[in-house]
Amino acid sequence: MARPFPPYTNTLSRVIVFGLFVSPILIGWIATAINWSPYINETNIPRNQPVPFSHKHHVGGLGLDCRYCHTTVETTSFANIPPIHTCMTCHSQIWKDSPMLAPIRDSYASDIPVQWTRVNFVPDFVYFNHSIHVNKGIGCETCHGRVDEMPLTARGQPLMMAWCLNCHRNPERYVRPREDVFIMGYQPPENQLTLGRQLVQQYHIRKLQDCYTCHR
Amino acid sequence: MPPIEREKGKGRREEGEEKRENPGSQFPIPLHEEMDPAMDRRAFLTLLGASLALAGLSGCTLRPPDEKIVPYVHPPDADEMTPGKPLFYATACPRNGYVDGVLVTSREGRPIKIEGNLLHPASLGASDAITQATLLEMYDPDRSQQVMHRGLPGTWDAFLGEANTYMQAQRAVRGAGLRVLTGSVTSPTLVAQIRAMQAQLPAMQWHQHEPISRDNVRAGAQMAFGRYADTLYDFTQSAVIVSLDGDFLLSMPGHVRYARDYAASRRVRTKACGPGQPAREIMSRLYVAESMPTLTGTMADHRLPLRARDIENVARALAQQVGVNGVAPTEPLPPEVAEWVAVAARDLQAFRGAGVIVPGDFQPPAVHALAHAMNAALGNTGKAVRYIAPVEAEPMDQAASFRKLVQDMQAGQVQMLIILSSNPVYTSPADLDFAGAMAKVPMSVHLGLYDDETSALCQWHIPETHYLETWSDGRAYDGTTTIMQPLIAPLYDNTRSAHELLDALLVPPGRAGHDIVKTFWSGQHRGADFEAFWRKSLNDGVAAHPLSLRRRGGTELSSGASVAGQVSLQAANPTSQPGSPSPVPGGGGLELIFRPDPTIWDGRYANNGWLQELPKPLTKLTWDNAVLMSPRTAEKLGLTRQGGTPGTHPESVPVVELRYRGRSVRGPVLILPGHPDGSATVTLGYGRTRAGHVGTGAGFNAYALRTSDALWHDDGLEIVRTDDLFSLGVTHSHQTMEGRDIVRIGSITQFRKDPHNPDGKEHVPNKPPMILPEAPPLPPSEYAWGMSIDNNVCIGCNACVVACQAENNIPVVGKEQVLGGREMHWLRIDRYYTGMDMERPTGTYFMPIPCMQCEKAPCELVCPVDATLHSDDGLNMMVYNRCVGTRYCSNNCPYKVRRFNFLQYADIAPVIQLMRNPEVTVRSRGVMEKCTYCVQRIQNAKIDAEVQDRKVGGDEVQTACQQACPTNAIVFGDINQPDSQVAQLKAEPHDYPLLAELGTRPRTTYLARLVNPNPEMRAE
Repeated sequence: MARPFPPYTNTLSRVIVFGLFVSPILIGWIATAINWSPYINETNIPRNQPVPFSHKHHVGGLGLDCRYCHTTVETTSFANIPPIHTCMTCHSQIWKDSPMLAPIRDSYASDIPVQWTRVNFVPDFVYFNHSIHVNKGIGCETCHGRVDEMPLTARGQPLMMAWCLNCHRNPERYVRPREDVFIMGYQPPENQLTLGRQLVQQYHIRKLQDCYTCHR
Repeated sequence: MPPIEREKGKGRREEGEEKRENPGSQFPIPLHEEMDPAMDRRAFLTLLGASLALAGLSGCTLRPPDEKIVPYVHPPDADEMTPGKPLFYATACPRNGYVDGVLVTSREGRPIKIEGNLLHPASLGASDAITQATLLEMYDPDRSQQVMHRGLPGTWDAFLGEANTYMQAQRAVRGAGLRVLTGSVTSPTLVAQIRAMQAQLPAMQWHQHEPISRDNVRAGAQMAFGRYADTLYDFTQSAVIVSLDGDFLLSMPGHVRYARDYAASRRVRTKACGPGQPAREIMSRLYVAESMPTLTGTMADHRLPLRARDIENVARALAQQVGVNGVAPTEPLPPEVAEWVAVAARDLQAFRGAGVIVPGDFQPPAVHALAHAMNAALGNTGKAVRYIAPVEAEPMDQAASFRKLVQDMQAGQVQMLIILSSNPVYTSPADLDFAGAMAKVPMSVHLGLYDDETSALCQWHIPETHYLETWSDGRAYDGTTTIMQPLIAPLYDNTRSAHELLDALLVPPGRAGHDIVKTFWSGQHRGADFEAFWRKSLNDGVAAHPLSLRRRGGTELSSGASVAGQVSLQAANPTSQPGSPSPVPGGGGLELIFRPDPTIWDGRYANNGWLQELPKPLTKLTWDNAVLMSPRTAEKLGLTRQGGTPGTHPESVPVVELRYRGRSVRGPVLILPGHPDGSATVTLGYGRTRAGHVGTGAGFNAYALRTSDALWHDDGLEIVRTDDLFSLGVTHSHQTMEGRDIVRIGSITQFRKDPHNPDGKEHVPNKPPMILPEAPPLPPSEYAWGMSIDNNVCIGCNACVVACQAENNIPVVGKEQVLGGREMHWLRIDRYYTGMDMERPTGTYFMPIPCMQCEKAPCELVCPVDATLHSDDGLNMMVYNRCVGTRYCSNNCPYKVRRFNFLQYADIAPVIQLMRNPEVTVRSRGVMEKCTYCVQRIQNAKIDAEVQDRKVGGDEVQTACQQACPTNAIVFGDINQPDSQVAQLKAEPHDYPLLAELGTRPRTTYLARLVNPNPEMRAE
C-alpha cells in the first residue's frame, strides 16, 4: 500500500503545530512593536511649521522660561499656544524685518491667526490637565522631552496610555521638587526614589489609576 | 375596560389596562422599521462588501491625521477669558414677558450651560426645564438667518428703505395706521421705546397678545381692587395652602421660587441638615381643587378633581365658609366636594394669617376676586400674600386688544403692522381670522426667531437675536429688574433685537442694542457712579438701581381690613357670576380644557428637541400632544386602548375627532388617571406647520378649536371616534421596575411615631446580609461620593432631566426611537400612582432615577471588556472608549439606568457642536452610557482643590441635576465628611436605598415621601 503522505509531512505538521502557538505571539509582538514605534506615535519626529520656530534657540539659547509664552500652564488644563502678540513683544524690536518672520507680522497686521501644526496631543476622549501635573512636581521635560534641544519641535514621549500609567503607578520615580518643574536637563538625584517618596507624601500625590481620572 | 388590579400596594404604575409582560427588559419593543424596506438582500450585501473594502482602505492610515492649532492674534484680557477656564455671566431668560435670572456658563466664548442665578429672587440658583432648554434654541440650525421679503431673501437696508416710506406716511397722519403687536412686556427699555414712538405718533396703537394670557388674573385684580395688581405668595409663611386650579409649581410666573418656598414648608428633618434644612417635623398642608392633573395636584394632601367650570362654585362655597361677606350662594355641592370645602375652610380658619389661597391663572376673574377676598378675610394678606403694582408695563385686556386689532385690520385701517416676537397667525383664537386680516395690511413686519407661520404672511420678516445674544432688560414676577447682557455675538449677521428694530424705525439707521439699553439706563440712573452701577447690575444679574424696588415699595397695595372690605363688596357683585349655569354632570356635551404644554409651552419651543423629547411630567408623553381624559370618560366614549392590534405599534391609541362650535381637529386619546370626568384636556403648542425640522408636524393644533371668548375651558365638546390608530411615544413603561417596594410613602403623624418606618410597613434592612461572601472592602479613599434624593419635595418638574441633558451632551433620538424605548436621558423621573381606583388614584408620586452608583454593582460583573469598573471614591465608571456594546451591563442593571447608542445619535450639525460641553465626551454609536454623578465636575473640583493644596469640601461639588432643582430635592457630596449635607441627609431615619433587597448598596438613596392629610377628612 502506497503511503498517502510523503515523509516531509511529519516535519511540516510539526512546524504547523508549533507555529500555531508561536505565530500569534510573534504577530502580537510585531504589532506592539509597530504601535510603540516612533513611526506610529510620532516621537522625536520634528514637524514642519509655517514659521520654523526653534525652542532650541529660545529656550536653550536665550533661556526663556516656559511660562513666558505658555502662560496658562499653571492654572488651567490647557498650556496655551502663545498669541501672535507674544511673539511681537520681542519681534517688533529685533529681527523685525526677517523674511522668516513674515507670517507672524502678516498675522499681527491682518488679525488672521497663524495655523500651527499640532505636535503634542492626546485623543479626544482623554481629559488631560496641565495645571495639576505642574503643581504636583512633574517637570515639563518629563512629558515633552528636551524641548531646549529641539530646533523644530517634536513629540518627546509617546503619550500613550501605558506610558501615562507608568507614572501614575509609580509617581516617586518621576516627581521632582516644584521649583525644578520648568528646568530643562534636570538631573534626578542619586536618591530619587527616597526623595520621590518624600515628595509624593509632601505634595499629597495619589496614585490615580481610576479610569475617570482621564476618561469621562 | 378590564378590571384594575385590586392589590393594594405602593410603587405601582397603573395606566390603562396595559401592563408590561416583562418588567425587567429594558428595550421591550423591537424596532423593525429602522431598516429601509426598499433595500433588498442583494443591495444590502453589495453595500456591506463595499463598506468592508472601504474600511480596509481607511485602516491603512495608522497615524492620526495632522491637526492644526490656532492661537489668538491678540490675547483676550486675562480677566475676560483664559482658555480652558469657564466663565459665568448673569442675564435673564424671558418667557411671557416675565424674566427669570440665570447664570450662563461660557467656554471659550460659547455659552454651554444655563443655570439659575443665586442672587435673583425668582431663581435663587434654580431653574426650570424650559429655561435650561433655551440654550438649544440659540444653537438651533433652523433659526431664521435671513431677512425675508414676501418669501424671498431680502436685505436689511431694503427693508429700512421701505419701512421708512411707511413711517413717513404715518407721521403725516399721526400714526393712525400704525400698530405694534407684542406679547406681555416688562422690559423697561422696550416700554420706553414704544412710549417714544407713541409720543411721536400719538394715534398709533399698541396691542398685546400672549397666547398663554393672564387676562383672568388681571381682570380678577380689577374686580377686587378696582385696579391692576400682581399677587405674590410666600409659601414659607403658610401652614395651609388651598389651590383653586392654581398650578403654582409649574406654570405661574415665579414658579421656580414658589417651588423652592413650598418645599421649605414641606421638608421634614429630625436634625438640622445644612443650609436651608433646619430640624422640623411639621409640614404645611396642601388642598388642591383642579381641572386636570398638574404637578401641584400631585403634591396635594387632599386633591379634588373637578371640571374647570365647577371650580368657581367651590371658590364661592369656600368663601362663604371662611367668612367673606355677601358672596352669592351656590347651588348645593356633591357631598364629596362639600366635605372637601368644609374641611379646607375649617383648616384655613384654624390657621388664620398662616394660610394662602391660590387661584389658577386659567380660572375666570371671579375666582381670583374670591381668592383675594378670602385671603383678606382670613388675614393672610400682608403675610403669605402680598400685592404689588403690576410688573407688566402696560397691563391690558389682551383678548379685547387683539380683537380690536383684527377688527381694525379687517376694516383696512392698519397701514403698517409691526409684530415683535410673536406668532399670532398660529396662536390667534380661531374665531378671529387674523391670517385673513393680514392680507389687508399693506406693510407687515415680523420680528421672530423663526421663519414661522406669521412670517409667511408678512411682507417682511426680520430674524431676531436670541436672548443669549441680546442686550435687553426685563422684570421678574416680583418686579426685580435684570439688565440682560449677551453671552455671544449674534451667530447670524442679519439678526436684530426688538430694541434695534424699533430704534431703526424711529431714527434710521438705528443704534446697536448695547447703546440703546445703556442710554436708557443712564437716563434712569443719573450720576457720576453710573458706570459702577452698570457694571454691578450686569455682574449680579439684578439691577442695583431700584427702578423696580421704588415702584414696588411705593405702590405696594395696602393690606388688611381696608382691602378686605373692598374685596368682599366687589366679589359679592353678581355681575362677576359667569352667564352659563353649571350643567348636569355627564349630561350633554363634554367640557373642553385648553392648557399650555408643560414642555413646549404655547408652541414657541416646538422646534426644541430637548423639550419635545422630554417626557411630560404626568403623561410621560414625548413628541406629541394628546386628548387627555379620565379612564371612565374614555370608557364611556368607547375609547379604551387598542393594544396588540396586528400591524400596529403596541402603544397605539385611538384617534378621535374633537368637534366644538362647528370646528374640529383630530388627535390621539391618552387616558390620564385622576383627570376629572366629563372633560377633556388638550395642550396648546403642537400642530405647527412652519416650526422647523423638529417641530413641524408634531401633534395636533388645539388653537384651531380655541375661541376668544373661551380661552381656557368651555362646554359643548363632542368627541367622535375614528377608525385611525396612532402611536404615542409614552415612556412610562420603559425602564420599569414596577411591582416592587419602590416608593415609600408615610404620613407625618406616623413619622413622628416611628421615623425609621414612616409608612408603617416591613422593609428589607437597608444593608441586607449577602448570600455571597463580602468582597474585600474598597481601598480607603479620601472621598466617597453619594447622593440623597428627597422624594418628599420632588415635584417632578423635569428641570434636572434637561440640566443633565445639557451638561452631559445627551443626544435627542426622535420619536421613532422613543417608541422603541431608546430615549437617552441619563436621569429619568418615574411616576407612580397608588390606590385601588384608577379613576381616583390616592396619590401620584415622582421619583428621579439616576445611576445609583452601586457599591456592589451588578453591571460591572458582566462586562466582558472591563468597560465599566469601580473607582476608589465609589463611582461606577463607564469607559466609553473601551465599550464594545454587548449591553450585558444594561440587562443586569436592576434600576435600568443605562442607555445605549443604537444609532449615531450625536448631532453632526456644526452649530450644535458649538454647544457641546467640552468637558464631556460626545458618545458614538454602539456605546453604552449612563449617569456619572457629573464626574467632570468632580474631577475639576479635585484638580482645583489640589492645586490649592486643600481637600474638596463635602458640599463643594454640585451635580447638574442638583444645581437645577427648584426644590433642593437632590443633594450630592462626600459622605466621608460627616458634616457634609449629604452625609447628614443619609443619617436621617427615613433614608432608604432603592431595591435594597438586591444588596447592590447604592450610593444614591432616597428620603421617604411624607403626606400631611387632615384627619377630619373621611378616609378615601
